Amino acid sequence: MRGILKSREAILALAILVLLALVAMRFPAFILPGNLVNVLTDTSPLIILALGQMVVILTKCIDLSIAANLALCGMVAGLLNMAGVPIVVILLAVIVLGALLGAFNGLLVWKLGIPSIVVTLGTMTIYRGIIFVLTAGKWINAHQMSPEFKDFPRAILLGLPVMTWIMIAIVLVFTVLIYRTPLGRAFFAVGGNPHAAVYTGISVGRTQFAAFVIAGTLAGLTGYLWVARYAVAYVDIAGGFELDVVAACVIGGVAIAGGAGSVAGAVMGALFLGIVKNALPVVGISPFAQMAISGIAILVAIAFNARSSRPKGRIILKQAEHRVVEGSA
Amino acid sequence: MTATSTSIRGREIPDRLVPGWKRALKSWETLLFVVAVAIFIANSLASPYFLDPWNLSDASFNFTEKAIIAFAMAMLIIAGEIDLSVAAIIALASTAMGMAMTAGAPVPVLVLIGLATGLICGAFNGFLVAGLGLPSIVVTIGTMSLFRGLAYIVLGDGAFTGYPDAFGWFGQGYVWWVFSFELVLFVVMAIVFGILLHATDFGRRVYVIGNNATAARFSGVRVDRIRFILFLLTGLMSGIAAICLTSRLGSTRPSIATGFELEVVTMVVLGGVNILGGSGSIPGVVIAALVMGLVTFGLGLLNVPGIVMSIIIGALLISVIALPRLWKMART
Repeated sequence: MRGILKSREAILALAILVLLALVAMRFPAFILPGNLVNVLTDTSPLIILALGQMVVILTKCIDLSIAANLALCGMVAGLLNMAGVPIVVILLAVIVLGALLGAFNGLLVWKLGIPSIVVTLGTMTIYRGIIFVLTAGKWINAHQMSPEFKDFPRAILLGLPVMTWIMIAIVLVFTVLIYRTPLGRAFFAVGGNPHAAVYTGISVGRTQFAAFVIAGTLAGLTGYLWVARYAVAYVDIAGGFELDVVAACVIGGVAIAGGAGSVAGAVMGALFLGIVKNALPVVGISPFAQMAISGIAILVAIAFNARSSRPKGRIILKQAEHRVVEGSA
Repeated sequence: MTATSTSIRGREIPDRLVPGWKRALKSWETLLFVVAVAIFIANSLASPYFLDPWNLSDASFNFTEKAIIAFAMAMLIIAGEIDLSVAAIIALASTAMGMAMTAGAPVPVLVLIGLATGLICGAFNGFLVAGLGLPSIVVTIGTMSLFRGLAYIVLGDGAFTGYPDAFGWFGQGYVWWVFSFELVLFVVMAIVFGILLHATDFGRRVYVIGNNATAARFSGVRVDRIRFILFLLTGLMSGIAAICLTSRLGSTRPSIATGFELEVVTMVVLGGVNILGGSGSIPGVVIAALVMGLVTFGLGLLNVPGIVMSIIIGALLISVIALPRLWKMART
């Protein structure tokens, strides 16, 4: 098991290096340290959300409302800033609001047992709709934001922007949380075998609730970072971003059926997409091709995942099904 | 054995049979129908323009295209799969028709190309899910990106316009009086899918697969073949929806039908189809389509902006599923 996981991440790391080499052949300046830092910073929101989505997917759930949560918290951050609230309070507010929005998803999944895809499909439209109700569709533009608000994520600290440091800190916290705490083990246990998890004393619903709260908290924090960095807030920011986040997880080897995944995988999955996004305009491929390329990357990644994580049980059935497929083809 | 039966609970078997009419009265479809009637009455009280046959006919355009996909999607979800790429298939099929139109193809060829693109996309999804055994939710997230991505590669930020006038009939024409082609298509498809799901052995097999694919396989049901056919059907319906939508709008942009997949899934789940597979009905989906259409139309007459309607649709989706569960919790 360990060996497979390691080799899968090695393959992904290799794919990223090959990608960088291909881009460098056409445009060597892309791999200069300064530009790589830019790519890393640009990909930070995706990395942060991919980690949040990963814990949700580990517990056999999915959070489609993660981008709407981000947009709502980002808009609230913008509104608070216009009201003259200091940055520290804004940061606290978006983190609490994000956690609450995540908790709402989690409660519906935990207490009412509604499938997460239905819950988050609903809350996704609700959260985005609330932004419209709050603002009547108006934008918050750069000139309406205070300089401190905009500068915080971009301020350079020891050679890297604060936003990138926040991402790195979250990755470190997650590494400890996932591999060194009971909650981290519970995520894998609940996704790997819910019945066995119950027998070992783990509450499946409570663990799923915790996963949603974590994902929501990260979405809330990223909401502020997003709005401050791009210096604009409106209803549709990060529209469709939830699919990029799921894609990053899938490319990173997180099993959609739950129970398998790694922090390094999710981070690299997000980096892969981030590099593709930043490299396309540089090598002269139309940015419109990005969507199709990430689609192909997702499909290749799922095929890879399925190959290495095919369950060992039920071998007779698998063979029987495959014989039918081959016979009919 | 007793220990496992507490946590792995099977379906509850009642002590005695409930009479048919009583069961029908308590069914999801009845509840939904009451909601639909209530909304209809509320709408006609709220706006004097509601009870006009032409207005109602116009209003049907906002759900017919999604509903015909929802019928196929309902069968797919009952079988335990899902297709999130339907809106992307519309985009790709519409783009293919646009390319053919620019090359001077006549209307019947445009229609054939729309249908064929839908079938090819459905076959691709079906091959990945049924042939390679990959999970449908991520496969179709991937193909959703791929199909719409191809439309973006062809069109960029441009658009195809100038479809021939005759092509406009599919989205704007009327078969008889206020009955538009799309409305008639909706009724015909509801009947066809109702028969397919509820009165054929194919339909029975769809339920069997959704309840227990392993048992189905051992009972001789060709699980993968049926899954493949269901993806093919969903692709075909998306192709038909692409023809109607393109004809109605008279243009193709790569962002066409954005978000349709979520509305289609909402319609199916609202119609009482279990998102985990195994149960649901076509009449339920038909009523759900009417409910969503009536809500959108009624609010539109009251000048409620579209995004507020989407909040209401989202809240409707969650509350219709949450309320019966809350009710059950309160009683026990």
